This record gives sequence, C-alpha cells and structure tokens, in this order.
Amino acid sequence: MGGREHREGADLACGAAAPILVMRGVGKSFPGVVALENVDLDVAPGEVLGLVGENGAGKSTLIKILSGAHHADQGEVVVAGEKVERPTPLDMIERGIAVIYQETMLAPHLSVAENMWLGRMPKTRAGLIDWRETQRRSLDVLARLGFNLDPNAITGTLSVAQRQMTEIAGALSRKARLVVLDEPSAVLGAAELEKLFEIIRRLAGEDVSFIYISHRLAEVFEICDRVTVLRDGRVVGGGKTAALDHQDLVSLMVGRKIEDIYPKRQRRPGAVALEAKGLSRGAALRDVGIAVRAGEILGICGLAGAGRSELLRALAGADRAEAASFTLLGGKRPSNPKQAIARGLCLLPEDRKSEGCFLPQDVAFNISIAGLSRIRRKGLLDRRREDEAAMALIERLRIRTRSPAEKISQLSGGNQQKCLIARSLHAKCRVLLIDEPTRGVDVGAKREIYQLMAKLADEEGVAIIMVSSELPEILGLSDRILVMREGRVAASFDRAEATEEILMRAALGLDRRVEGAAA
Amino acid sequence: MIDEKLDRRQLAPNLTAFGIIQLKRLRSFRASGLIWVLVIMCAVAAFVSDAFLNPFNLINVLRQVALFGIVSVGMTFVILTAGIDLSVGSIVAVVAVTAAMLLDASVPIPLVIIAGLAIGAGMGAVNGAGITLGGIPPFIMTLGTMVMGRGLAMTISDGHPIHFRAVADQFAWLGQGHLLGLPVPVWVFAIVAALAAGLLRFTAFGRNIYAVGSNPEAARLAGIDVKRTIFLVYLISGFLSGLTALIFISRLTVGEPVAGTGLELEAIAITVIGGTSLFGGEGRISGTILGAAIVAVLANILNLFGVSPFTQQIVKGAIIVAAVLFEIIRRRRNSVSKHG
Repeated sequence: MGGREHREGADLACGAAAPILVMRGVGKSFPGVVALENVDLDVAPGEVLGLVGENGAGKSTLIKILSGAHHADQGEVVVAGEKVERPTPLDMIERGIAVIYQETMLAPHLSVAENMWLGRMPKTRAGLIDWRETQRRSLDVLARLGFNLDPNAITGTLSVAQRQMTEIAGALSRKARLVVLDEPSAVLGAAELEKLFEIIRRLAGEDVSFIYISHRLAEVFEICDRVTVLRDGRVVGGGKTAALDHQDLVSLMVGRKIEDIYPKRQRRPGAVALEAKGLSRGAALRDVGIAVRAGEILGICGLAGAGRSELLRALAGADRAEAASFTLLGGKRPSNPKQAIARGLCLLPEDRKSEGCFLPQDVAFNISIAGLSRIRRKGLLDRRREDEAAMALIERLRIRTRSPAEKISQLSGGNQQKCLIARSLHAKCRVLLIDEPTRGVDVGAKREIYQLMAKLADEEGVAIIMVSSELPEILGLSDRILVMREGRVAASFDRAEATEEILMRAALGLDRRVEGAAA
Repeated sequence: MIDEKLDRRQLAPNLTAFGIIQLKRLRSFRASGLIWVLVIMCAVAAFVSDAFLNPFNLINVLRQVALFGIVSVGMTFVILTAGIDLSVGSIVAVVAVTAAMLLDASVPIPLVIIAGLAIGAGMGAVNGAGITLGGIPPFIMTLGTMVMGRGLAMTISDGHPIHFRAVADQFAWLGQGHLLGLPVPVWVFAIVAALAAGLLRFTAFGRNIYAVGSNPEAARLAGIDVKRTIFLVYLISGFLSGLTALIFISRLTVGEPVAGTGLELEAIAITVIGGTSLFGGEGRISGTILGAAIVAVLANILNLFGVSPFTQQIVKGAIIVAAVLFEIIRRRRNSVSKHG
C-alpha cells in the first residue's frame, strides 16, 4: 500500500522531472522486414510503463535497441537528457539502462555476490579480489532493496524469482535508473510475481523507472502507470492505465484488418485423418484431444509456451507422450518420426534451420531424403530420378532455385520452407503438421505459402494442422481453430465464429477470469 | 540483390538446359582442387628426384596409399556423421596379435580372416553402442577404446611380437602378393574404396550418413534412424581396421602389439586433407583417396630428401592444421557471400 502512495507521488512529479528515456521517431528494418517504424516513447523517473503487443509487434526489437544489441536506423534515443548514437551494450548499462530477460543472464555456477559484481569485483591493493568488500557491498545493496537473499548462494540453485532479484540487485548496484522487464510473468509463479510487484513499487518510489513487457493484461493494469501498445512495429495507442480497460487494449493490440493475402478456401472436409485423445506429456500437454479431417486446415494458436509445438511434436512421435487413443489414417499410432512418415504424417518444425534443413546439402537431397524409396531403381538410388522428382516439385511449388543441385543454404527462408513442404509431398504424406509456417519469411513468400497450403488441402485432400503465433494467419487459413493455454485446449472455434479478439481473449484466459469474477 | 531474385524467378518455372549444366558443375566442383595439388606434388617430386618415378618407388607409394587408405575410408564414414574414431590404431593392434596367435595355433586361414574382421567390427560396435545407447561423445568413447585396445593387445601378447612362422608363407599373399603387376593391398583398397563410394552415393544408408552429419535433429524428424546410422559407421570403421591389421601381419609376418600406433591421426589427417568436413555432412571417398595419395607422396618426397621422421611429423601436423584452416576460410567466405 505504501508503494502505491509513493507511486502516485512520483506520478505527480512527472511533469517536473526530466524523462529518463525519450525515443523519437525510432525506426529499425531488417532485410525484408520493417521491425519498428516511427516509434515515440517516454519514460519519466519513477514511472512504470507497460509495453504490450502481439508476437511480432516489435517489442523485442525495441528492447534490443534499449540494451544496445541493435541500433536504430532512424530517429533518436535520448537517455537522461543525453543522445546516444550506436551504443554498445556496455554503454547502455553505464547510462543506467538494465534489461532483464526471461531467461536470466546469470552465470549459474557463481554466487549471488559474484554475479552482482561480475567484471567489476572490488580488488585489494595486491590486485586480488577483495572478498570481504564484495560481501559487504552485496549485503549493503540487498539490504537497501529489502531482498532476502544470501550473497553466497549459488544462483543455479535459486528459484527463478530469486534469480531475477539477483539481476535486479546487480542492475541497481550499477545505478540503473531504468529497468526493462521482458515478460517476467512467463517464468514466475503467482506468489513470486506478487513479490516482484512489491519490489517494483518500492523502487518506483525511489525514482527508478520500469518498462514492463507482458502479454497478460491483468498484470499490466495492476502494476503499470501508463501503457503503450505496439502493433506491426508502430505505436498504435496507449495512455494512463486508470483511463483504459481490457477491451480498449485488446482492440488496440489486434485492430488490424485481415489483409488480402489469404486465398479463398473451399471447405470440403473428408474422413478423419488424424485423431488423438487424452494426449499428455508432463506439464507441457494435459489431456489434449485433437482431430483433423482430410482437406481441412486446423489452426492452433496460443501464447508462447502454451504447448502448441509440444502438441505437434507429440503427434509426430518426435517426443514421448501418453495418449488414450490415437488413429492416423486408419492405422495405429507411430512411435517415432520414421513410422510417422511411413504412415503418412510429416512434421515441419518451427526452427527450420536447426531442425528442418540439411544446410550443407543441395535442394534435391533436402527434398528426397524422407522418401528415398521413391527414387530407387533396382535397390540403388537413381540420381536422375531424384533430380526429376525434385524438379517436378520445384516447379509445382514454385521454389526459386537455380537448380536442384543448389545448396539449400543459398535459398531464402520462404523457399527453404517450400523445400520442406516438397519433402513431405515427396514422401507422400497425407497429414502435415506445420509449426509457424511463415516465420522468417517475407510477405511475398508468405502469400505463396498460404496459397500452397490451401491448394494442398482443397485440391489434394491433405490434412493440415498449423501452429502459428500470427492470428491473422490462423484466421485467414483455418477451417477450425483450437486455442491452447497452459498445455490444454482452452477453446475451440469454427472459423466463422472466431475473431482476433475472441482468440486473444481465449489465449490470455481473460474470459475465464471475467467469468470467475462474475461468479 | 533484386536483379538476382528476378533472375531466379524467371528460371524457376522451366529448368532449362542451363539448369542441367549448372547441376553437373555444382556437383563436381569440390574434388578438382586436390587433383591439382597431387599433380603438382608429383611433378615437383619427379623434377627434383630421379628415384621418384622409379616403378619400385611408385609401387611402394601405392602400397602406402592402400594401407592408410583403407582405414581412412572408415574414418571418412565416421567424420561424415560429425564423429571421430580415435580407436582405429588400437583395433589394428588387437586384431594383429589375436590373428597372429590364431595362425600360430594352426587355425585355418579363412577362419582367422573371419575372426580378425569380426573382432574389428565387434570393437567398432562397442564404440557405436557406447555413443548411441550410452550417449557418450565420440571423442571420449573412442579415446577409451583406444587406450583399452592398446592395453588389451599388450595383455594378450604379453608385450611381445607374435610370430606365426609355420603358416607365414601361405598367409603372405594378402600383404605381399601381386595381381596384374600391382600389390594385392592396392586391389583390396580399390575394392573397399569403390564399395564405399557406391554405398555413399547409391544407397539410402549413404544418404542417411550425410543427413545425420548435416543435422541430426532434422534427420530424426525426416524419419531417419539416427542411432542405427551412427552405430553402423563405427562398426564399418572397426571392420576396416581389422582388415588393415590382417594386411599388416601378412606383410610383416608378425603380429605386434604396437601395430597401428598413431594410425588414427594419419587417417584423420588423410580424411580432412581429402576435403571431408570435421563438422559433418560434407566429403567424399574420392577426396579421401586423393588425401591418402597426397600424404603418401609427401612422405615419399621427404624420405627421398632424407628428411628425418621427426621433421616429417612437424610437416604433417602443419598440413592438417592448414587443411582445416582452409576449410574454415572457405566456409566463412561462403556464409559471407550468402548474406552479401
């Protein structure tokens, strides 16, 4: 309570004190993608600013600019009244900006004190580390912050919350004036989060500013003074949290029109191609039931960590999972990816480079590898047959490559993805599980991949389960949509009944919370 | 950048004759550099020393190529999966002493050959099992069998060379015989290399080796039995070490527990010089043959010049480092051109 009063005090002081951070017209592009465009942002001393937006809205790029990992192409960044140009990460730390990521950056085998003073440990006159002084200063900082932490504890043995406290302590011992918290609630439990909020409130009272990034709007309303909404790399709105409600934020976050890049679908679902019930795997998957028909595209959305990729991997036999029942194209459950492919199911993983492509190999190799029996003649692989099969798929899928003998590493992300689709087609798969079909793919190629997926479903009766973090993609392609949350299927919608807002609310668990409050 | 994209777009719909030419050129590009290295080395050797082109000398070089080449073929399989096999020399020693003892005990020669190959393959299988089932890194697993194998050979033989004088003449053909003017080991190597190249090129197993070496997780998701593939390459490497041991003892008419010392380094050097990437997924048997030839010709030149064996080691070591450095520079350049 005391914290809250302090905060209001700080709020009143806002007008007087010079802002700790000012961003004006900041832009950042990567090849083929504009990540941030003309972003304005201010943070006053002692202010807690919430930063919200969908996946891919530009939050992480913004953080990386603040941490000095990326540099803005346009606009200016002013920290404590001083303009910064192409800073190194160390420059930003020295200017008082501390970024605390979900995965903490601590050295797990070192103690709390060592992590706090890493790289700047107090030295004795002989040039050796002054352990007594280290201990004294650590206790000093921790006591001032009111953190109940043993400076000698090894950070690897601490809870996630304690590790974040260590990072915050380390940051403040460097005189950080702005602490950026990147989705802390994704790794913190409810009790730990409450503790973090207490700390934020107390420090805000001492004029430390925060940028609090989260998907979870309830938290943003609880802890933030002001909120800024990012969408497609632009600031689309925001204001004092007291003057906004959930509804305002959700519509700001998703308020984009479904662009005209999605193909027309003909819905002619056939027989059930894949059906699983009671799929469970520890905390990642809990009693998931799923079914997809031939010619159908089933979209799966949810927040990062909701169990979407885990579901696909379990279906493909890539990870172990329990299942109450499982039918794949009328047959039994495959127990590994090899059996899955033999029975007509192929997984196209989320991370194409590390789990999908054979980067040192050529396009033909990458296409034929899952169906080598189809290019055999008299028991031996036939190069000519392979090239013919590869060329046929290259033309059919319009893969832009100079030749089947070109290394796949030379292709763009979109064309690599098409090669992986070609691979599953070459293996005659009838059920495709595609994880983030257009991640790292530019807009033009996205459209082609959408058309390809629609064509496979509509014209060839392929059953597709697609996981995506991009709601427009889910809405633009799917016949049916499952929303996952915390390892469960939280909701299921027919395409006609779903909107971005409905999906977002289901993914955030807002509906349930609202119902709970009403009851 | 934009021009290139347009270019590709136009080409994509109909891969014309240009595509086919590109295809052949791209696929045959890599080995060519090594041939020139070998040709230049031979020319220099012939120029500076009359003895080099002497038929006896050349046949000697070929025999050397064969002996190291057989083990290097096995090493190539292993390194293609991004693994390493340090135990080949020790496997040679174990097979050498056990086969010599069996021969000395008048066991029929065909049985000895089968036993020798089986012991080699068996030790390779132990490596494979430790790596796939135990999850032990290949370097550590094969380091372990390297040390254990050497100890085993010493224990079996009590540290002494084992002679098999009674049957030495009947067994001599494998290591000392000639066929159509060439030493038998050269023919054995030719057959091994041809089979290995065919296996890599024309069988699913060969493809799986490249796939596992390029990206094991992608290989698993593409339906490849990664563990089986890895197990088999170590088994093959052990089998070929056993074969090398049989040729060794046939040639020397003695099974020595110190046989094959340092052979693993020789084989790794040959494989790497032959263009096989230590990162896995890239390399060919033709490269390994050229690598074996380059190493043998180099050793021969140094011998003809009377360079001491100690200095030869320095040269060989430097060449391994240079070959890997070359590979890394090539990769770096490739990745730069990709983004630029």
